[in-house]
Amino acid sequence: MILQLRFFARIREAVGCDTLRLELPGDREWSIEAVAALLAERGPQWSAELMRPNTLSALNQAVCDRDQTVSDGDELAFFPPVTGG
Amino acid sequence: MPADAVTIQQQDFDIASAYASLRLAGVGACVVFTGLVRDIHPGTTTDLELEHYPGMTEQAIADIVAAARKRWSVERTRVIHRVGKLGSGDQIVLVGVSSAHRGDAFAACEFIMDFLKTDAPIWKKELADGEQTWVDQKASDRAARSRWREALPQSEPTDKSDS
Repeated sequence: MILQLRFFARIREAVGCDTLRLELPGDREWSIEAVAALLAERGPQWSAELMRPNTLSALNQAVCDRDQTVSDGDELAFFPPVTGG
Repeated sequence: MPADAVTIQQQDFDIASAYASLRLAGVGACVVFTGLVRDIHPGTTTDLELEHYPGMTEQAIADIVAAARKRWSVERTRVIHRVGKLGSGDQIVLVGVSSAHRGDAFAACEFIMDFLKTDAPIWKKELADGEQTWVDQKASDRAARSRWREALPQSEPTDKSDS
């Protein structure tokens, strides 16, 4: 299963990339929480940003909870609380 | 002329053209709000850099406009949000709403603006004296949004002679 990951703002800068193609074993279900935990193993910056309580996630460009499961081809984004306007 | 339009752009915008696109026969009220980059730290020069999530930003704002249309009688809406580098005093956002009556236009405009601040995936970074700081979301913005949850939808007809 392949996910297209996107990172924005402070998280993008901290992890040092804006997009990432992530291949996951397709023999189990992956929640967003499980994907975040896997990414957190990449280093302290990843873990600090992805495990921060106010970090938001969006699946296919709609904000969603971390217990949602992902599917092959999904776009999954992580970003901080928004500050536009 | 579309009923609703959402534009995310780097370049500045012209309030008169937005206003012109909101005017049409039968419209009695037109409210156009513009947000400007304010002096964040008086005495120092602070620029802003705005980043957004292309595609999702437009959709999130379109959803907010659709929610406003469910609550108030609205003719046309225009939302323009700038991204990229902006300086003090620059125009940053425009929300325009036209309606038969001013009550609907004022309320829908403020509703769209309040939700835009908490729901549209746009982020501001302050650039001052070589320092870069991501702006934190304000509790006052979350409070401004949540007060709409407490208020019930307003659907009572208004006096037609009043605009």
